Amino acid sequence: MGSYIPNTDNEQQQMLKASGYKDFDDLFKTIPSDLKLDRELELPEGRSELEVLSIMERTADKNKVFRHIFRGAGAYDHFIPSIVKSVVGKEEFITAYTPYQAEISQGILQSIFEYQTAICELTGMAVSNASVYDAGTAAAEAVNMCRDRKRSSALISSLTPPHIRSVMETYCFGTDTKHLEIPQKDGQTDTDELKKLLASDDSIACVYIQQPNFYGIFEDIDKIAEITHEAGARLITGVNPTALGIMKSPADSGADIAVGDAQPFGLPLSFGGPYIGFMACTEKLMRNLPGRIVGETTDNDGNRAFVLTLQAREQHIRREKAGSNICSNEALCALTAGVYLAAFGAKGLAEVALQCMSKAHYLKKGLEKIGFTGLYDKEFFHEFVTDCPGDALEITEYLETQGILGGLPIGENRILWCVTEKNTKADMDSLIKILENKKWN
Amino acid sequence: MELIYEIGGTGRGLDLLPECDVEVTEMPESLKRNTMPGLAEVSETEISRHYTRLAGRSYGINNGFYPLGSCTMKYNPKVNEAASALPGFTMIHPLQSEKSIQGCLKVIKDLSDDLCEICGMDSFSLQPAAGAHGELTGLLLIKAYLREKGETNRTKIIVPDSAHGTNPASAVMSGFTVVNVPSGSDGCVDLEALKAAVGDDTAGLMLTNPNTVGLFDKNIKAVTDIVHDAGGLCYYDGANLNAIMGICRPGDMGFDVVHVNLHKTFSTPHGGGGPGSGPVGCKAFLSDHMPGGSADIDKDGNYIWKKASKSIGDMKGFHGNFLVAVKALSYILSLGRDGIVKTAQNAVLNANYMRVALKDTFDMAYDETCMHEFVMDLGSLKEETGCAAIDVAKGLLDMKMHPPTMYFPLIVHEALMAEPTETEPREMLDLAVENLKKLKEMAQKEPESLHSAPHDTCVGRPDEVKAARNPVVRFVRKED
Repeated sequence: MGSYIPNTDNEQQQMLKASGYKDFDDLFKTIPSDLKLDRELELPEGRSELEVLSIMERTADKNKVFRHIFRGAGAYDHFIPSIVKSVVGKEEFITAYTPYQAEISQGILQSIFEYQTAICELTGMAVSNASVYDAGTAAAEAVNMCRDRKRSSALISSLTPPHIRSVMETYCFGTDTKHLEIPQKDGQTDTDELKKLLASDDSIACVYIQQPNFYGIFEDIDKIAEITHEAGARLITGVNPTALGIMKSPADSGADIAVGDAQPFGLPLSFGGPYIGFMACTEKLMRNLPGRIVGETTDNDGNRAFVLTLQAREQHIRREKAGSNICSNEALCALTAGVYLAAFGAKGLAEVALQCMSKAHYLKKGLEKIGFTGLYDKEFFHEFVTDCPGDALEITEYLETQGILGGLPIGENRILWCVTEKNTKADMDSLIKILENKKWN
Repeated sequence: MELIYEIGGTGRGLDLLPECDVEVTEMPESLKRNTMPGLAEVSETEISRHYTRLAGRSYGINNGFYPLGSCTMKYNPKVNEAASALPGFTMIHPLQSEKSIQGCLKVIKDLSDDLCEICGMDSFSLQPAAGAHGELTGLLLIKAYLREKGETNRTKIIVPDSAHGTNPASAVMSGFTVVNVPSGSDGCVDLEALKAAVGDDTAGLMLTNPNTVGLFDKNIKAVTDIVHDAGGLCYYDGANLNAIMGICRPGDMGFDVVHVNLHKTFSTPHGGGGPGSGPVGCKAFLSDHMPGGSADIDKDGNYIWKKASKSIGDMKGFHGNFLVAVKALSYILSLGRDGIVKTAQNAVLNANYMRVALKDTFDMAYDETCMHEFVMDLGSLKEETGCAAIDVAKGLLDMKMHPPTMYFPLIVHEALMAEPTETEPREMLDLAVENLKKLKEMAQKEPESLHSAPHDTCVGRPDEVKAARNPVVRFVRKED
């Protein structure tokens, strides 16, 4: 049994005596006896490390690992450089707490400062926080940043990925925030409808748009920003961070807040988590930004030093007046993203983005040749929707038997495909061939 | 030390990808980036050395003692890391078909069941990503339940003044207003004050037990009864569960909703601030409102997803911080029913061993048997020597130890709150006691050296005022 207690039974007895207790019952006498559990927990007995690992291996083996993945929808299978795993595996990073004691936490603090810098560079924004849980919680927190007495409701594009939108809606239930959907037109957020919605309600605090959207299609953020700002509301964009390697930055397009999930920066699929929500904003909104922020300062000898800063925003100081309750974030994932970006650099990231985009276009063309129909004729990044010659579920289930995780069925005959730099031309040709050779009902 | 952006040089980088093997599709002009982002340009050698230096300027549990009160910094077993690194977990897409994720669903089901048993709850959701996120989830369950019953007049959440700051902040994010109640002189809930605070507008109470001063509130059943009698619900902040697991259960104390911190009680690492995981459990009458999906077994023995019928929705994308759940399950498998009890016993023993050894040196805020942590009050030392809790804490840094939590709970003004955890050997506790005694002597004999501590760390005390007044929150490359 591995209880990880170094002191032997004998030593424990000595310590009890030294502290003035007869035994453990005596030590726990402050707990009223009628509250104590009068039986053992209904759990198995403890096991050795060898047994535990073999149980966990058997459990993992019940999952199916796919060699070829053409599914995204918010979780992306990108190449992870070996140096990333090596750095993130260092115990000092893994086992540290939040860097409250700055003098012995400069490494963690600096890694977060470097991450914040990278997020600012990519989004074009003035300030980034140290991370929140994921894309959905980042989007939800961004809505809260924009709300005030006069303006308290939100417009959310209908082309926001469901896993983000559902979290935004739950947070809105918490704060009693009214939220309305902006309809889509031909695979993009309908800007005429956006204008109408903004004109009909002067309580709208913010507009949320995904770029590229759930269908992989690029939105006209410049235009949306203009419409939004004319109505006096703020624009939040949820962006794919890989796309930022080649795509106009949210700040350059006029967004006030940029959020998203940095999972593509070195975090494996992991059945959905841990991922990492990034949040960046204009300088004007800095003091509304939730979560930890690391700042540079000097120590008493004038040396460069990093600290958690602007803490007057946070729950441990402000309590019920804080803008958010966030405390723990995803620091180790921020480190991961930082190392990933150091490894790829700006040129490398642009290459990743370009390969994703190019390969997605290759697959779309290939699928169109064998009876799949691209749904919208719009500029897209690395995801696209096709109508299929057969039942979407039947198609993906068949692909599973061939060792391929196909696109995500999003309708009876509709599939959302995703391609990354990991998918080779040969993989795509083989996928197309497998689909071509099968007759669908 | 240099930032990653200040080393390397133009054109350096790694050779990571083959050339694109299909025709290149260019970004349309109107959507193209105007300028390249200013990321690092470094070789792999430089990356490796840079982060090794950063690791050397960090302090984890592997480096030494970490008695950070209310944070439960216990050792993070390596077998948990090994389990969570299995490709059968890391390479699974969150939107795979049910039949291809039988192992993941088993992890979710097993861990949820174990947490139900440990906490005395009827169902658990693994979706919340941290303690504060769990609080928000639990309060939204309460809100949804009250809405359904039509009790919209219940808008207030009662929070003791000793609570973690996340409690009141979570209450506000759930649309409630906060009623702060003062603690009694014994550090526990003042029953009379609580009776005066509850009423027709009470939605619920948030409480930690053992509480934030490290004491088990022996009136806990009376507390939850008062709230229930007024028509409110009781929320258990599981931050301090480590002291009591296997010995008593929040569900039996009268709590309706709980969150637990897998990154405290269940040994998953903090990662310098996250990822954590804050699963939420509830009694059956709230189960229909649970967020996300939970796992169940059908009549053929297959694992399936189950959605609550009146779910509050999703708290987080997909299924929570799944790999953290894998680590926690591996920990519970290692401990088993005996190990869980021994863990709680030794967490409490180690704390009391240190408390007794130190009680003639420092004033104890509450001089009685504590649970997993105890609070020292350095008020009189400050008066006598001018050295405050922060000075003693900084002095400890020079002795290569992480200090206890400073200035929390807020009801003790010069608080140092120590939680040694069960994974510390006796010699380490003895050394910590010796160091703290030395620091008291230093405060008396040479207070100046403590005021200016630490002296032996890679930087001295940072200028926090400067950092806040003139925020520099990102690196800006100087134009050549």
